[in-house]
Amino acid sequence: MKRSTLILLKTATWVACLTPMALVVYQTVLNTTPDPTANIALTTGYWTLLLLILSLAITPLRLVAPRLSWLIKFRRLLGLFAFFYGTVHMLTYVALYSNFNVSTMIDDIEKRRFITSGVAAYLLLVPLAATSTTWAIRKLGGRNWNRLHKLVYLAAICGCIHYWWQVKPGVLSPMRLTIVLAVLLLARPALAWVKRRKAAPVTAETV
Amino acid sequence: MLISKPGNIPSSEITPKEHYLNRRAFMRGAISSAAALGAAGLGAERLSEVIAPRTAVKADTKLQTVKSPLTTTGEQLTSYEDITHYNNFYEFGVGKSDPAKNAGVLPTRPWTVKVEGMVKQPKTFDIDTLLKMRPLEDRVYRHRCVEAWSMVIPWVGYSLSELINQCDPLPKAKFVQFLSYYDKHVEKWANESDIFWPYSEGLRMDEAMNPLTLLTFGLYGETLPNQDGAPVRIVVPWKYGFKSAKSIVTIKFVEKMPPTTWNEQAPNEYGFYSNVNPNVDHPRWSQKTERRIGLPFYAQRRTTLMFNGYGDEVASMYKGMDLRKYY
Repeated sequence: MKRSTLILLKTATWVACLTPMALVVYQTVLNTTPDPTANIALTTGYWTLLLLILSLAITPLRLVAPRLSWLIKFRRLLGLFAFFYGTVHMLTYVALYSNFNVSTMIDDIEKRRFITSGVAAYLLLVPLAATSTTWAIRKLGGRNWNRLHKLVYLAAICGCIHYWWQVKPGVLSPMRLTIVLAVLLLARPALAWVKRRKAAPVTAETV
Repeated sequence: MLISKPGNIPSSEITPKEHYLNRRAFMRGAISSAAALGAAGLGAERLSEVIAPRTAVKADTKLQTVKSPLTTTGEQLTSYEDITHYNNFYEFGVGKSDPAKNAGVLPTRPWTVKVEGMVKQPKTFDIDTLLKMRPLEDRVYRHRCVEAWSMVIPWVGYSLSELINQCDPLPKAKFVQFLSYYDKHVEKWANESDIFWPYSEGLRMDEAMNPLTLLTFGLYGETLPNQDGAPVRIVVPWKYGFKSAKSIVTIKFVEKMPPTTWNEQAPNEYGFYSNVNPNVDHPRWSQKTERRIGLPFYAQRRTTLMFNGYGDEVASMYKGMDLRKYY
């Protein structure tokens, strides 16, 4: 891929990832939504999960279409933007929902399971964001880094559960994201199984 | 080549105003839909809210109203725009902005309210009869949703007790049940949620007879917009908003506590009484505070009042009742 094309694609990705945030800032500052607190929380929460899921789509896409292997250059960017939205989402909870009251938050984490799962999902993302730099990959070594970053699957699942536990029983809004995540999580073992079958065909002579 | 001279256009060729306004609305809708589809599929529905922003559409008819001593004072009214575009009416979709978009299909005329069950004589009231039965009062009430947001709404109606007195309920009737309109062919979004329709709510007889319980026909001096529960609903201001059933078609007097939709959906979250109570948490969030709709993000949060501030008028009905048990 030409360097100029890569720069163009990366710029477009930055713009696309920042647009929802710009919209939220616009809506909040000009007070154009009825419930700004809920608007910030729900929008940033949704985009955290969506961006995390998009980052999880990259490896399956590369396995299915080797011509798209350049997508790997975008995985860290999407992951870090997911962490960015997750951080804003978490800060909204701390500042606007809990009013910086520590005992309220501890109470919530203990009693309300959707908060418990949300906090868990966020805490899982922190070491991933912290070790996202090239320096960290080198320091940890490829294998350890890969092992640590498998936590992203758990973070995405916790995030999905957090969404289901937040909505009213009977409401099905989280369904679409859940289905996409399920497909992506199942894609990896499925594609690996296909690869193994192609690489080592069993014959009568092999024992 | 045939070039028609200006002024030769027959009147049959002139598009009537309703049609071209509808076509513009269609084009706006089509463009915003296309833009939404064009962008990253799952996240793009947020973009369409910006491209085709909501406009406040005032409901049709002005209502003749009188002042009421039961109105709430000292609160800033929530804007008409917010009251009519931030709704929970799941038959029309589970998003807060869905009812404003979709409730246009609700057929509010003809409309009747059946009164049945333990009454001397079952009756059917036409909506226009109900509108003329008593003087319509302006009643400002606080409205507190169980989701911990609140509004201040200038409703129009009269006390439900006035209608109940006309219905001759039998002494055996201890509860009143309300059933909302439901038609799966009209309310196509109802299966976005896993809820058993029609929407059912209920009150104890003394709660139904309380002067605050409002048989409601309008807001801001005009008939209710569809998304707010047209053409007739009840408003029970000291309880969480889901008790205030919308678009009522049946009022039934019963002996036993009637089933109510949210209690059936999640009995540990939504009780029959559902009085606004900052001391009794919802299992998934605290009810100590609420977010006032329409205010900037730094000014929304406020303390929730016991019985939504209507304790003077209603607390006596619950004397001796453990409100933690009977949530």
